[in-house]
Formats: sequence, structure tokens, C-alpha cells
Amino acid sequence: MTEMMAGPRTGDEPLVIAGRALRSRLLVGTGKYRTNDEMVQAVEASGAEVVTVAVRRVDLDRTREEGVLFHLDPERYLLLPNTAGCYTAEDAVRYARLARAAGFTEWVKLEVIGDPETLLPDAEATLRAARELAADGFQVLAYTNDDLITALRLEDAGCAAVMPLASPIGSGLGLINPFNIRTIKSRLTVPVIVDAGVGTASDAALTMEQGVDGILMNTAIAEARDAVGMARAMGLATEAGRLAYLAGRMPRRERAVPSSPARGMLS
Amino acid sequence: MTSDQTIQVQINGRDKEIPDGLSVSALLGHLQLHPGMVVVEHNGAILRREALAGASVRPGDTLELVHFVGGG
Repeated sequence: MTEMMAGPRTGDEPLVIAGRALRSRLLVGTGKYRTNDEMVQAVEASGAEVVTVAVRRVDLDRTREEGVLFHLDPERYLLLPNTAGCYTAEDAVRYARLARAAGFTEWVKLEVIGDPETLLPDAEATLRAARELAADGFQVLAYTNDDLITALRLEDAGCAAVMPLASPIGSGLGLINPFNIRTIKSRLTVPVIVDAGVGTASDAALTMEQGVDGILMNTAIAEARDAVGMARAMGLATEAGRLAYLAGRMPRRERAVPSSPARGMLS
Repeated sequence: MTSDQTIQVQINGRDKEIPDGLSVSALLGHLQLHPGMVVVEHNGAILRREALAGASVRPGDTLELVHFVGGG
């Protein structure tokens, strides 16, 4: 706990979203795990403090199938409800309000999908929902395309964070357009969290090396053969990528330069 | 308070027969659901937790009972 209060152990600044300081720059989802136990262990191993959850109907036939609150303590984690599965701004606003009524948080991960095959976001509907939710007092973390103009408009709409994709949800294709992500980061004031598409630890490190504020991921951890092991790898990679960004990489050269002295060789 | 009579309501998109005279919080108990884990939308209006006990379920009402599940 002391470590958490004192800030990151690495010399980095904490990630601040909507006034809340976070030690970890990795945010994780809770979907697709084989068991609840595996999910809980993976979330813990990732080091994440912000954990996304979905809002769904209670299954009346199998009420013993418990919700995620039976497994994750909302005092320990900042549970971030999402609007996943929504295809209209109206639906997303409805899901967000249902989530808020649970009484844990004013934060919402806004996601309005525009196409079932690619699961790419509907920028126009996302913007409309973001404006409405922000005006209604929500802290909106908006999932969006890696498009600067949409990102700027989401910031203008009052979003607490803007979350461009690395590549499509669940694809594991990694960071497809580092240039777009860097451009978005360079122009926004609110935190930029890359959400979706990361496949493995090197993707997470490469993403953080672009200078973004954090990463949100789910499938890459949940679908790994050893989800708990991958969760730890992702936590370390996120931190490593962040530190590498802060440290500044050496220039790329198209020629070799020796690392050992050229002088002092035996004749 | 509960009578022997039943009423028809729609819960999570399905027709259900439930005892007459229940409040929404009593309905959650009837369905063996933990009120702290469920959010209720009653005829299109989201109920705050404090309002569950005071809201009566009437014939033909539409209820949505949602909770948090794993998701990304």
C-alpha cells in the first residue's frame, strides 16, 4: 500500500485519469477466462488496478452462475463497466446508466460498435454518446479508432481518456499504425490509452514505446495457454515499454558502430 | 402481505408468473438474487438501490435485471 501511495517504483509518474492516480499503466479485462479463479489470478498477476466488466442480463435459469462482483473486490480494484455489445449511442447510454446505478463508479468504458465483422467503432455514435454521458457526470473513457480527428472530438466532448485501438478487438494483430497512435498522443491533453489488439508482450512494449499513457487488454491474456503467466508478462512489458520511452531510444543507423574501443588493439 | 394470487410480468425478455403484491426488492428475494449485485430497470426506468423496497411490481410490468459479468 505504501508503494501505491508513494507512486510508481520506477521513477515514472503515476497515470492520472479523472483525478485518480494509478500506479499501473496496464488496464485489463475480465472476459473469456476459462474459470473465475484463473481470471482472479491473472488480474492480480497483471498488477492492474483498473479492471473492465460488462453489463448483462442475470441468467434466471442459472442464478448460481455468479456475477463478477463475487470474485473481484470493488474496494481493491477500480471496476470499469463497459458498453460492449452496443451498436447505438442510445443503447450505450442505457448500459452506462445501468452500470452507474450499481453504485461503484462514475467511470465508463464507452464502446459503440459500428460493424459486427470487424467490431470497429462507430465514431459518430461514440461521439454522441460521449457528449451525453459527459454532460450527465460520467467519466468517459472512450474506445475509438486510431483517428486523430475523432480523438480530438472525443477530448472536446469531455472524455476523461481517449482509447484508440492498436488493431481490432480480439485480433491479437498488435500495433498496426504506430504513427497514428503517436500523432494522437502528441495532440491530446487527456490520457491516451491504447485499447484492443495487443497480442503478446512485445506488442505491449512497442505500444508503450510510442509514448502513450497506458494499455487496456483482455484477450491476449485470457487466451494465452498460461493466462496468469501472460498477465505477469504484460505487466512487465507495459512497464518496460514505458521506461524505454522515458529513457529515449538510441538513433537507428544503417551502419555498424563498434561498442569496444578501436584503440589499444594488439599489433 | 403476499396473496396467493399470481400476476404475469416480463423479466429479462421472458414472461414470468410471480406472486402478486411484491415489491421489487421482494421480487429479487423471490428469484434468489442478491440485491447488492443486481441493477433493476423497471418499466424503462433505472431504480436506485434505495428505491427497490418502495417500488411495487404490477401486472404487465417489464423488468430488466442486470449484473456485471466478465468483459473487456
